[in-house]
Amino acid sequence: MEYEIVIGLEIHSELDTKTKIFCGCSTAFGAEENTQTCPVCLGLPGVLPVLNKKVVEYAVKAGIATNCNIARFSKMDRKNYFYPDLPKAYQISQFDLPICENGSVEIDVDGEKKTIGITRIHIEEDAGKLNHDSTGTYADNNRCGVPLIEIVTEPDMRSAKEARAFAEKIKSILEYTEVSDCKMQEGSLRFDVNLSVRKFGDPLGTRTEMKNLNSFRALERAVEYEAKRQIFEIEQGNKIIQQTRKWDDDKTESYSLRSKEEAHDYRYFPDPDLVPVVLTEEYISNIERHLPKLPWVRKAEYMEKWNLSDYDAEILVASKEIATFFEKTVDVCNDAKSAANWLMGDISATMNEKGISIEEAGFSPEDLGELVNLINKNTISTSIGKQVLKEMFDSGKKPSVIVQEKNLAQMSDAGELKGMVLEVMKANPQSVEDLRSGKEKAIGFLVGQIMRQTKGKANPQMVNELIKECMNEI
Amino acid sequence: MKLTKEDVIYVADLARLEIDENEVDKYVEQLGKILEYEDQLNQIDTTDVLPTAHVLPVKNVLREDVPVPSLDREKALMNAPSQDKGCFKVPKVIE
Ligand SMILES: [Zn+2]
Repeated sequence: MEYEIVIGLEIHSELDTKTKIFCGCSTAFGAEENTQTCPVCLGLPGVLPVLNKKVVEYAVKAGIATNCNIARFSKMDRKNYFYPDLPKAYQISQFDLPICENGSVEIDVDGEKKTIGITRIHIEEDAGKLNHDSTGTYADNNRCGVPLIEIVTEPDMRSAKEARAFAEKIKSILEYTEVSDCKMQEGSLRFDVNLSVRKFGDPLGTRTEMKNLNSFRALERAVEYEAKRQIFEIEQGNKIIQQTRKWDDDKTESYSLRSKEEAHDYRYFPDPDLVPVVLTEEYISNIERHLPKLPWVRKAEYMEKWNLSDYDAEILVASKEIATFFEKTVDVCNDAKSAANWLMGDISATMNEKGISIEEAGFSPEDLGELVNLINKNTISTSIGKQVLKEMFDSGKKPSVIVQEKNLAQMSDAGELKGMVLEVMKANPQSVEDLRSGKEKAIGFLVGQIMRQTKGKANPQMVNELIKECMNEI
Repeated sequence: MKLTKEDVIYVADLARLEIDENEVDKYVEQLGKILEYEDQLNQIDTTDVLPTAHVLPVKNVLREDVPVPSLDREKALMNAPSQDKGCFKVPKVIE
């Protein structure tokens, strides 16, 4: 490829606090419009914002987990601009002294590892939400003042895949550290893309910015589209104009936003209502000590303790919910490989099909552990296990109950099976002849007939042995 | 630093202030004087002085993450120049 794509990301994540950043209003999602506001977050005159302790703690957690330097001294600033979703006409953010700086995160794309630099992480408040219809624009200020961290990267990514891998890594870090619930459909994690293209070896080109992408798919597609667009413009002999563009994921195209602030002149200044945040070594190391296990730590454990492959371990730790579910399942069945296979295979396929998460699957890790145990003890076969799993998704019943109710336990009664085996062999003399003359394949056909007659409940190993035994009796 | 007419128009625009064209010269003079006055600070040698992040010698004023009741919606909206559908009605925004 002749052109190199240069990508930097700004990731906004809503912190998982109970209250807003500067007031005690609830941050719960989905409340009626404007029922979670107060004079502070509405920006009424004469109020005094006070910083939420948890916001500092969560930002420091995120910073430690992304290898940042944690600032011993940071402060809040006002970013001034006019927009109807911003009642104060300024956003409280951090300008020159952010709480975290100079971090890095390792990503893995198609087996290649790469380190992406993190310029800074700062804390700030979210704006309100604007609802539009034909009659006008309506501001709901429930989201005003919900705490955010903004993670700003170096322009270190070179493809849509790398951008996606980085965004996914950040999501898993924030989930593992319990800094954010990262519910993307609720806007808890949003991506802004800065992108430019250049011929290899050239200095950086002019970049454009695409704001508020709220899914990995949108992020990936927006990067691909914008890179193509810029290359096309350059090939046509046109200049790239520095601008903010809006991504339309339904039309899979972006368009220029002309309306918003002409110049990025935010006239930042220190917020006189808020005092500096000064952190001690003790405070920081205490948070570091209590940081939950990060995905790569768990991954290494899975590979070492349970001999899982790099690939399997990576998939399992990608989501904290899955990893935790997996660990609890192994506690019950003590068979990591089977637990991993069920989770990455049938369970994840069904979850995708139904569009649900593991919490919504309707069964517990204990249930899955029990299913693995039933198979390992030869009570049921793997293929019956798949039937049982489907029933677990549908009814939420325990696997042992399903096996009993539906009479799915494997037939291991030799006497009962032997009668059937003899019958099938008598009905298929040709296969018996083939087998006698050394065609081993014929046994598979006979076993298949018996499995069909028993609806998969016969113990196939036992059937195999019985057929050999009956050869002499026929 | 000399304040120009363009500066005054630009700053007024950023602050969404409508100013009469024939008043611009007056503001150039008045604001210019204020800036000149402040410019005296630049004559002080601050080589060994730490930047001031805040004028108060106070730090770490923090609150616990405990919810308190919010305003009733009627109260929250009561001073809005325009309201409808439980929201602040604002000038139409084209996204
Ligand atoms: Zn509030």
